[in-house]
Parts: sequence; structure tokens; C-alpha cells
Amino acid sequence: MKSSPILTVENLSVVFPDNNGGLRALDDISFEVCPRDFICFLGPSGSGKTTLLRIIANLLRPTTGKINFIRNQHPQIGMVFQQSNLMPWRTVMDNIKLPLELEGMGENKARLKAQEMIELVGLRGFEDSWPRELSGGMAQRVAIARALIHDPDLLLLDEPFGSLDAITRERMWMELSHIWQASQKTVIMVTHSINESLFLADRVLVLTQRPGKIKLDLKVDLPRPRNDDIRYTPHFGRLARKLRETIE
Amino acid sequence: MMIKNFLNRIPWLGILSLIAGWLAWTLISRFSGLPRFILPSPNDVWLSFIKSLMNGTLLYHTAITLIEVLLGMLAGVTFATIVGYALAKSRTLEKILSPYLVASQAIPIVAIAPLLVIWLGGGILSKVLICALIVFFPVLVNTVVGIRAVPSALYDLMHSIRATRWQILIKLEVPAALPVLLGGLRVGATLSVIGAIVGELVNAQDGLGYLLQLGDFQYDTSMVYVAVFMLIVLALMLYGMVTLLERKFLKWQQ
Repeated sequence: MKSSPILTVENLSVVFPDNNGGLRALDDISFEVCPRDFICFLGPSGSGKTTLLRIIANLLRPTTGKINFIRNQHPQIGMVFQQSNLMPWRTVMDNIKLPLELEGMGENKARLKAQEMIELVGLRGFEDSWPRELSGGMAQRVAIARALIHDPDLLLLDEPFGSLDAITRERMWMELSHIWQASQKTVIMVTHSINESLFLADRVLVLTQRPGKIKLDLKVDLPRPRNDDIRYTPHFGRLARKLRETIE
Repeated sequence: MMIKNFLNRIPWLGILSLIAGWLAWTLISRFSGLPRFILPSPNDVWLSFIKSLMNGTLLYHTAITLIEVLLGMLAGVTFATIVGYALAKSRTLEKILSPYLVASQAIPIVAIAPLLVIWLGGGILSKVLICALIVFFPVLVNTVVGIRAVPSALYDLMHSIRATRWQILIKLEVPAALPVLLGGLRVGATLSVIGAIVGELVNAQDGLGYLLQLGDFQYDTSMVYVAVFMLIVLALMLYGMVTLLERKFLKWQQ
């Protein structure tokens, strides 16, 4: 089933100015994203993954190249950062409903929607907690709820589980996988974890060391819904090996 | 249990130390042989307090000083936060204004108080301005520090959900800078009482500073004590007000 893309990126390059001719972060990146795709950019640190995401989120302008959102030029975006980025003066509930406040939605309606999101990410009972009272995993779940609440066209995940311990991180993969299937969102995620990208994504694009170029576009044909067992299947192992070899 | 909790909450040591101080004061004033106009006894001060309270002078002069302080703080804080925000946002503006700001801090306010009284007269306006000037700098500095310390990651967040400038100010910058800002206000509140008194000492027909000077001229030392105690009460009240604001707005920090 091939649907038409909602986002195309053409010949994108980014050069950061510095003292000797500029630092080339991304080089001639082109790709397409179809609705409900879960795409993962995999690469070593310094490959410009985060830069790419910041350009798509319109936080940064590319030096050359184009980004086209097919349906509307200014799509709604939900972004989850490496750190949870919660506002410490807002409770869990108030952090999650922030995007709705900015849209001017009424307080009661916003609270109802936020409550739905709180249930979705499994934080019932923590509505009135302060961010400082949350564990890293819980804080990141709040961040995911906040990124989804205004029903964005595109969800951008910037190494969202990078700061979590290994066990929590793997549990979050399962949860994100469920949330993605329930919410039917288009997702672009960047990570440096091969397992993470294979477990979550439909497609993995491997970026090279700086300047970042797309070296491999790998289709992940693992069945869904995925659970822990899938990581121990031979096919998962073959895909992981292929990614590993491409990175080196 | 409840009684025990209640008893535990009373600052016994503080009360004890106050009683000891009062006792020492009484004994010294009685047995040292110092004349009343140098060291009045606590009882003299108490009588003077009751007298000025009953004939209305004390409340009148306290109210005048309080009004000067509050208006001065309002003006100083308003101006300082606006200028502080602009400075925090523009390094160029900071470079242009910083020589003036540093120089203005080098001038002791006591030195320019007479000048302000000459310019603006002996009425309330000159005192309000002195208060405002004295409050201005700590609040300005804390505004700049507070706004500059807003994490850039939170700006990214706000931009990613397409917040307007106004929304960024109201939903991000103000609440993020508030703890530091209130810290500046706490310093400013006590300073502004000093500002009002300095102004009143230079030239005034009313206010606690005037009362202070009147007592001084008439060798009515008890009155001076009463005025000083009222000033302490005033400063504590303002300090308490800022603490209340902090309790209300900074719940998330406890």
C-alpha cells in the first residue's frame, strides 16, 4: 500500500558558520515521508541528526535545499526532546495542556483532553504532581503526552529515551509502540541505538559521520504489533547486523 | 498531640531573648544614671507610643511613609522590569546603557537626595522618586539575570508549538524569571524604607522621618524610639508581603 507522501525533503544541506569556511553538518539529504510512517534516523553523534530534526521543526533554516509539507505549509508539530523539557512551575496536567492553551482552547475542554492523554501514557494519579517529583521515565511520558495533545500532523522525537537507564528505555519502547499504534501519527525519530530504531521504525535511514549523508534506507519488515521477543528473532539479528556494518 | 505540636511551633528561644533584652534595657536605664533624653526606659517609650497613637499622629506619619514606599516600589519595579527585560534581550542596548547604570549605582542615594528635594519640592513626590531609584537597581539586575537564565530548550519547545512572542513572555519568561525577580523585590522592599526616610530627613512636613527629626530637635528621645520601631515594623511588613507572594507563586519550589 503506497500512499502519497506528506513531507518531502530535497537536497538539504546545512553549513554552520565558523572561522574556517563553515562546518558542514548535513550534506545533500533527500527523502520522503508518507502518512503514518514511523521513520528513524540512525547515526553516530555528530552526524547532524538533531540538526535535521530542528530544521523539520522549523527551529533552524537549512543553508540550501527545500522542505515541502504537501498538505499545508505550516503543519502542527509535536516534539519530544532529549530532556523532558517540562516547565517546573507547572503540574503534570498543566504541562500537558500547554499546547492547547496556546491554541486558545477553553480550560474545561483542555483539561478533558489532557486527562485522556494522561490515561494514554499511563500517568493517572499524577495529574497534580510537580515535574521534580517524577522519575526520568515518567517525565518523558509527560513530554510525549504534551507532544501529542494538539493532534499534530507530525511527531518529532529527538533521542527521547537517551537520558533513561537501559531497563526503563526498553519499557518505553513498548509504550511508545502502543501509543503510536493507538494515535496513528506520522513519526520521525532520531537515535543512535540500532535496537531502538529496529524495534520502533518502519524505515531506518542511516546517516554518516559529519557531514551527515544518507548512506542506507532500510525497510524494517518486522511484523506488528511488536513485543520484546522480536528482538531475539534471526531476522531482527540480520537487520541489526546490516545497520551495524553500514555505520562502521 | 495537637497541643504538643502547637507548643513546638512557638519560637521559645526568640521570645526568651526578647524578654531578656527588655529586662536588660529596663535595668540599665534605671541604674546607669543616664538622663532620660539619652536613654529612655522601655516604659517611657511605651507611654510615648500610646500617646502618639491616641492623638493620631503616629498612624498619620506611618501612613505617609508607607504610601511613599509603596508608590516608590511600584514605580521602581515597573520601570526596572521593563528596562531589565529590554537589556536582557539586547546586548547592544546593554552596552549603550551600562555606563549610566553603573555610574548611577556609584552615587550614594544620600548624596543626591537633597538635589531631588530641590527639584521636586518637599512633598511626597521627591520621596517616591528616591524610593523608586533605590529599588530600581536590584530589581533591574535580577530581571536581567532571571530572563537570561531561561533555558534555551524551553524556547525551542515554545517555538515548536508555534507560540507567539506574547505567549512566550507570559507562559515562559515571566514564570521562569519570577523566583529571581522576587528575590530582587525582597532586597528592594527593605531598601525602599531607607529611601523614604532619607528623603524625609532632608526636608519634610510629615512621615516617620519627620517624626524622627522632630523628636531629635525637641530632645524627645522616646519619640525617636517610637519612630524607629515603626520603621522596623514597616520593613518587616513589606518583607512579609514579598514572602507571601513567594509562597503563592513559587509553590512548585518547595
